[in-house]
Amino acid sequence: MYSRTYRRLVSVPPILWVALFLLFPYALMFAHGFWSVRDGAIVHSWNFANYATLLQNPLYWQVLLRTARIALSVTLLSILLGYPLAYFLSFHGGPRKELLYQLVIVPLWVSYLVRGYAWKTILGSEGVLNGFLHYLHITREPLPALLYSPFAVVIMLTHIYTPFVFLPIYASLEHIPRPLIEASHDLGASARTTFLRIILPLSLPGLLAGATFAFVLSLGDFLAPLLVGGPSGTMIANIVQSLFGAAYDWPLGAAISVCILLFTLAILSFSERLEKRWSFE
Amino acid sequence: MTTASSIPDRAAPDRTLLELRAVGKRFGAREVLKTVSLEIASGEFLTLLGESGSGKTTLLRLIAGFEQPTAGEIWMHGTRLDALPPYRRRVNTVFQHYALFPHLKVRENIAYGLEAAGTPKAEIAVRVREALAMVRMQEYAAAKPAKLSGGQQQRVALARALVNRPELLLLDEPLSALDANLRKQMQSELKSLQREVGITFLFVTHDQEEAMALSDRIALLRNGTLEQVASPREIYARPATAYTARFIGQTNLLEARVETGVATGLDFSFPCALSDGPALFSLRPEAISLIDDTRQPANPIRFSANVREQTYSGATELLELQTANGAILRARVPSTGPLSGTHSFVFCADDAIPVRE
Repeated sequence: MYSRTYRRLVSVPPILWVALFLLFPYALMFAHGFWSVRDGAIVHSWNFANYATLLQNPLYWQVLLRTARIALSVTLLSILLGYPLAYFLSFHGGPRKELLYQLVIVPLWVSYLVRGYAWKTILGSEGVLNGFLHYLHITREPLPALLYSPFAVVIMLTHIYTPFVFLPIYASLEHIPRPLIEASHDLGASARTTFLRIILPLSLPGLLAGATFAFVLSLGDFLAPLLVGGPSGTMIANIVQSLFGAAYDWPLGAAISVCILLFTLAILSFSERLEKRWSFE
Repeated sequence: MTTASSIPDRAAPDRTLLELRAVGKRFGAREVLKTVSLEIASGEFLTLLGESGSGKTTLLRLIAGFEQPTAGEIWMHGTRLDALPPYRRRVNTVFQHYALFPHLKVRENIAYGLEAAGTPKAEIAVRVREALAMVRMQEYAAAKPAKLSGGQQQRVALARALVNRPELLLLDEPLSALDANLRKQMQSELKSLQREVGITFLFVTHDQEEAMALSDRIALLRNGTLEQVASPREIYARPATAYTARFIGQTNLLEARVETGVATGLDFSFPCALSDGPALFSLRPEAISLIDDTRQPANPIRFSANVREQTYSGATELLELQTANGAILRARVPSTGPLSGTHSFVFCADDAIPVRE
């Protein structure tokens, strides 16, 4: 249908794009991981010293573990908030379904930074939440742990990623043919049994996609810990950022990035395989 | 099914199973059903027949419990059915597109209702096996529904409903998604299955031929009201209204005026038992024959007409006739070979059935 020249020509931009903005940077990062820094300059001598440091220094392990813990908490909380919301909207949204759907999506259009600063004013020691608790005489002194803690990071990231979890779950619930629900009731199953045996299994692919979103995006986040995390809420991306910035240790930063990248890819491929097993079309 | 003990008693055919008492349903301002009253006998195969929008599917959904009536009551065996949620009714449904659970195997689909009822595991296994055998799907027990053809999915849907031994099985246009040949085959399977299990079938269709072939009785719905409820033979031979006569089979509608026992139309006069006034008669095409046929009816009404068109369909052919006064009539006669010009025809006055508008 199309000429050979045409087909060759249209394939140039994507190939160029992938090579220039994906393969080349990744290769560069990968290479940096095997180099080192001496007297403020990068030395191109190939060795495994950076990876050895990562294995031996418990600091990196602790931060990585905390990062995974935060990402996991965010994922679970986002599901706990997003699934019931999606369920309610899909099955009991009524005539206002579209409007409610838009309302859930709207926060996605608000700048990440604005939301971060909003949480600062809410969680701060002079903030809205502490003021409110004080007003109700629940607390006498402002709670210091609200801001600049892993807790604050989890709260902020949950707020940001719940719509990402909500969306695929909502889509998978909307895809369930309603006669299946009626058939389940018709066969004598209660609402609870119907949910557990029909609705939940059929929405698992969406649930999995949402969970993967929330986990992977939280795992690499560095703005939330920067804004509301404080020293105790530092995550692995902050370490990478400081290694590439103030510490000027690009090779070690690159080595950590490679580890995170591999970890993320492993999660993605695992999730994809599960999703394939759970989809029924 | 192999266990005779499970089959409801078929010996008492007159026992009323389901009773609709002036049931009505409106969706907002739209009245879909208007005071429908109907009794369904135990063991009966009753078909709700009607055009799309006539309310037949709504009526089925009211009985299944997916919708609530806005007027009237539904009773089954002396209990008020419309007060119960769907999962408490001893009614099962075969859905239009089967609604098999895509993530469950055929076996698990069929076991679903028994598991929901808390049936012991050993009994579930036996009954699922029986149900699979009943619809001849044993070898597909471990397959997922997506791997099955339309006809096979249909059988699984039937087995999934019947395994629960409902008192009433609702079937919502279950054959409409199948191609013509398969539909014919499934029709006869359905009929013999119903005889075998003796469960009352309430069948919804818009296909009058299907309704005729399957039913003990047909309930014809029109715009949310029952037009006529009768056996297929009765409803065909004695349609109560012009709508019924036209909807079930083909017919000629003759307008006439009755005076002292004689109906006089444009082209014919014939005796009838109606009181004086305007009247409408239904005359089936096959009631009209060519004069030179050997068959000579009693009370013959003769007329001549011009053969305008002839459609051959094997054993019979359909003629479109124009009478001297310009009226168009259709006649179905045994195949005679090509006809043209004016011929003489005859019908029996008793075959002109008076119908309401």
